[in-house]
Amino acid sequence: MELLSHLMDGFSVAFQPFNLGMMALGCLLGLFMGAMPGLGSVNGVAILLPITFFVPPTAAIIFLAAIYYGAMYGGAISSIMLGIPGASTAVATTFDGRPMALQGKADFALVAAAVASFVGGTISVILFTLFAPPLADFALRFGPQETFALMVLAFATFVGLGGDDIPKTIFMILLGLVLATVGLDNISGRPRLIFFDLQGFYKGISFIVLAIGIYGIGEMLWTLETSRGKVEIASNKFTFKRLGEALKELKRAWKTMTFSSFLGYFVGVLPAAGATPAALMAYGLAKSFSDTPEKYGKGEISGVAAPEAANNAASTGSMLPMMTLGIPGSPTTAILLGGMVIWGLTPGPLLFIEQSEFVWGLTASLYAANLVTLMMNLALIPLFVWVLRMPFMILAPLIFVLCFVGSFAPDTRMFDPWLVLLFGFVGYVMRKLDYPLAPLVLAIVLGPLAEDSFRQSLISDQGDWTPIFTRPLSGIVMGCAALLFVAPMLKGMLRKNKAKAASGEQS
Amino acid sequence: MRRAELIFAAILAAFSIYLMYMAQIPPLQIGWVPKKGPGSGAAPFWLSAGMLICAIWIFWRGWKGATPQGRSTEPFMDSYTTKMVAVTVGSIFMMFLATHFIGAYAAMFLFLLFYVGVFGKIPWPTTIAVSIAIPVFIFFLFESGMKILLPKGMSEPLFIPLYKMFVY
Repeated sequence: MELLSHLMDGFSVAFQPFNLGMMALGCLLGLFMGAMPGLGSVNGVAILLPITFFVPPTAAIIFLAAIYYGAMYGGAISSIMLGIPGASTAVATTFDGRPMALQGKADFALVAAAVASFVGGTISVILFTLFAPPLADFALRFGPQETFALMVLAFATFVGLGGDDIPKTIFMILLGLVLATVGLDNISGRPRLIFFDLQGFYKGISFIVLAIGIYGIGEMLWTLETSRGKVEIASNKFTFKRLGEALKELKRAWKTMTFSSFLGYFVGVLPAAGATPAALMAYGLAKSFSDTPEKYGKGEISGVAAPEAANNAASTGSMLPMMTLGIPGSPTTAILLGGMVIWGLTPGPLLFIEQSEFVWGLTASLYAANLVTLMMNLALIPLFVWVLRMPFMILAPLIFVLCFVGSFAPDTRMFDPWLVLLFGFVGYVMRKLDYPLAPLVLAIVLGPLAEDSFRQSLISDQGDWTPIFTRPLSGIVMGCAALLFVAPMLKGMLRKNKAKAASGEQS
Repeated sequence: MRRAELIFAAILAAFSIYLMYMAQIPPLQIGWVPKKGPGSGAAPFWLSAGMLICAIWIFWRGWKGATPQGRSTEPFMDSYTTKMVAVTVGSIFMMFLATHFIGAYAAMFLFLLFYVGVFGKIPWPTTIAVSIAIPVFIFFLFESGMKILLPKGMSEPLFIPLYKMFVY
């Protein structure tokens, strides 16, 4: 009952006209951002975060969460119409979405994506409402040792579950942590890593600057390279009659959508996993459990519904650890978390007690944002298709200009746009060489919190670091982290042994 | 690609050493300071040491051909990519540089004119419309809406009447 009353309070906050307006605007911008090839929720949130510093925190988080949601819906539009995923989260949607579009059933695929996103979003928000308060209550027992252990666990998941090259992943985590130490030390007040004695470094390197560089400029360079500046749009007509037929066909995918929503939510909760693997896993499982797996990849409607339900559910899932533990579950939530710190809020369990209006306002807005995005998505499909015809050589410079003003705005200094350009170029080179970028962003956001909690725990234990391993809760978390660090190496060794054994048998 | 993988790993290793050097310059301390806890330089120093180990590990794996990049014989950038990256990064660089002198709006206008019209080969009427519309939109969003003033440089006098009309 207490939960319901909190939620009702949340709805009264979410339905305040200003918050409602911000949510609708966020959904619309998110849909557009998601629909643009090469841009996704993380780009939208990174580029538009600076403009939220001028509205109250609740309206700001509602706006950004709506962008996050909208982009998840919108990602499917370019996957289907252009055959280019709007974001990596919509990669799996192209597998069946594009063949459907080529068969003249683009509208069916778009409706399936929109409805599945709604189902995934709604189921996951219900799960979020149920799981968040008990988890936050539990997390109230955490001291600096547990907080530090959780940060280590978040980084370890990238190594254990990220699936990327291990030394490159660890390097990126460490680089993010080092970049977070640039500027004045929180504890001693001494300046650290002031490169070339440039005054700008005294204020530190903001995660926004890094995120805009990587996800704005770097991502656009990557998209310009891969698309060669040209995209081809599928043709289709959209009518109400066809909408009804699409919904009828989609009925047979409801089981897939429900299952994918649960799967997506729980995968999304894990820090390194997020929406992309959730969507791919959902697609793979939907195909394995299907009676007609041979239809997948050739234009099967369930093949569109499964990844779309999962990626939306995962986006809500990734908000759970961010809100309750202060550990973001995805690069987008890492940026949201950084934004919360700038708005003067401390993400974590105390948020549920001290800023209950903020938490429940956000939760309620997620329910509403789902519905608003679904309606907008269905109503505005022709508009999105028209916008997608915009030449990429107009979209790209528009993004570059937004990156410029977006990075200048928070501190109104030209130092930051210059850093954005540097990070954008280096980020692009790193991406080409398969260095994972998400751990870098996560590490620069978590860096100050990780260092402070580590130093606090050392100071409180007179320099003894063993309590991080011996206190029951932090010990268990550190154990899990150690397993995750070691898991890929063990897997590699096992694979080698098997290969050796197999070659031995053959000879 | 293989050469790029190895050179980049070597650059990262050198950068890690530079960071380690920066983190131990006095008064920063990298060890335990009695009654105060870890020195201010400890975190950046030891994390950079970890980066150095990883960079050597990456180089070694690339050298052995254990990564796809380490085995690749394809060029790191073909001629289209090289031109695209050089023009894009170069023109953004020029836009930022010009901002210091002629202000953000004039720099943005010139950047868009060049990037959309010359590099993107979009018809000139569209190019001019886009080059004017985007800075105008940004002016109303940032200056009028959020009261964030972008640098104007020597173009400042042109904006004084606009401030009176739309900003204050």
